[in-house]
Amino acid sequence: MQVLDLSEITLREANAALQNPTEGSNETAWEIVNARGSHAIAVGLDAPIDVQVRGSTGYYCAGMNAQATVRVDGNVGPGAGENMMSGALIVEGDASQYAGATGHGGLLVIKGNASSRCGISMKGIDIVVHGNVGHMSAFMAQKGHLVICGDAGDALGDSIYEAQLFVRGSVKSLGADCVEKEMRPEHLEKLAELLKAGECDAKPEEFKRYGSARELYNFNIDNAY
Amino acid sequence: MCGIVGLFLKDKALEPRLGEMLTDMLITMSDRGPDSAGIAVYGQDRDGLGKLTVQSSDPTGFDKLGGLSSAIGAEVSVRVVDTHAVLEMPEDKITQARAYLRENHPDIRVMSAGEVIEIYKEVGLPGDVAKRFDIPQLHGSHGIGHTRMATESAVTTLGAHPFSTGSDQCLVHNGSLSNHNALRRELRHQGVTVETENDTEVAAAYLTWRLQEGDTLGQALEAGLDDLDGFYTFVVGTKDGFGVLRDPIACKPAVMAETDQYVAFGSEYRALVNLPGIEDAKVWEPEPATVYFWRH
Repeated sequence: MQVLDLSEITLREANAALQNPTEGSNETAWEIVNARGSHAIAVGLDAPIDVQVRGSTGYYCAGMNAQATVRVDGNVGPGAGENMMSGALIVEGDASQYAGATGHGGLLVIKGNASSRCGISMKGIDIVVHGNVGHMSAFMAQKGHLVICGDAGDALGDSIYEAQLFVRGSVKSLGADCVEKEMRPEHLEKLAELLKAGECDAKPEEFKRYGSARELYNFNIDNAY
Repeated sequence: MCGIVGLFLKDKALEPRLGEMLTDMLITMSDRGPDSAGIAVYGQDRDGLGKLTVQSSDPTGFDKLGGLSSAIGAEVSVRVVDTHAVLEMPEDKITQARAYLRENHPDIRVMSAGEVIEIYKEVGLPGDVAKRFDIPQLHGSHGIGHTRMATESAVTTLGAHPFSTGSDQCLVHNGSLSNHNALRRELRHQGVTVETENDTEVAAAYLTWRLQEGDTLGQALEAGLDDLDGFYTFVVGTKDGFGVLRDPIACKPAVMAETDQYVAFGSEYRALVNLPGIEDAKVWEPEPATVYFWRH
């Protein structure tokens, strides 16, 4: 285990060390201590390493991640896992707004609650939230899966494209063009896989599925002002 | 972008450290607002005495205050702190003193008035502002600080936060209001004066007006959800209270922490990391369109 102490080195030095691990090295386990809410911790990683962050982080933790698995044992600030390509970010606490925004791939797990705009414009990422999500989650979500084990706030999935949403609790309101859809066996199977990956013991049968009614895809003259 | 910090102490033993803790929080928020900074501190209540915090950009401005005592017929103590001065006088003479200053010394501006509140604000980096006013040595039961990155009005001392538009009241704001001109006109019709072109002052004046109309701070903030249009995270202070409100969109960040010793607010968690016992505090993000309010 290699330890990076943010009270001793700069954030830039810590991220540089994580972004350039020695090729072929067996040392793939890293620990970041004294996070103290710093921004942009473990961003831009592109190697199959494991990073454990001690404490809570500020903006953009593990942003643009590829391949790496980042675990945070506290809360994360706005934009956690933003534009993630692959790999995983696992948050033991809560996430602030727009977690997983624009993510292309990989897995984001939030074991507490996520705030507003979780998964906004997601493009292929899988997100598993053990608690609730705030308003405007999965806004313009294009691809990927958002699993919400608790409740969803207002306007879930507004203007959604082809992402799939699974909610176990209540939905305060659905956004434009987002509708409840039939849960077929292939969805239950996918959901079981996501819950397992997301370290969550909820049962797939307890969820409802939501997705696009596809009524915004084509111009409708009746919507013109 | 702006930075907000706030601290509402439950444990009296921490009161001598209020200024020091708030200064540390404020400096951490420098990169959210390097234009100007300000702080409101609620100090000790001294029976029958009230105070005005006034500001003058002319360093000799306070020399003119000699006539104030005879004008209001009561003793006035003057404590000059850099560009500000705290004038202590009998509480029932405050209105008279304000009228005297307005008429005779319009270049001396009132930052705050009340029984316990003192407001210090200036243009410059938060660390420099805190140093100029020796904020770390201030004692108090609660306080609010702001680091400003200006959007809606010029970078001036009077455009800095906190804004105080009523006795012992103050408000700081991260965001921008879009209906402040219309609301300013409306408040004028109600007899409420707004002194600057700043949007936040309108919000402060709006709350003051609601309180005058008999609302509690909680009710006034609820009403604000309907009447204030724009982006906002507000933190407000009253003589014995501390409130937080975010607009329904809630894109301006906010983190809160509570322990047996305090309730703390920060635009970011970074601002809270040096508080005692933060590791075990209840930490959460305040919900959109939800009024949070604590009282002593």
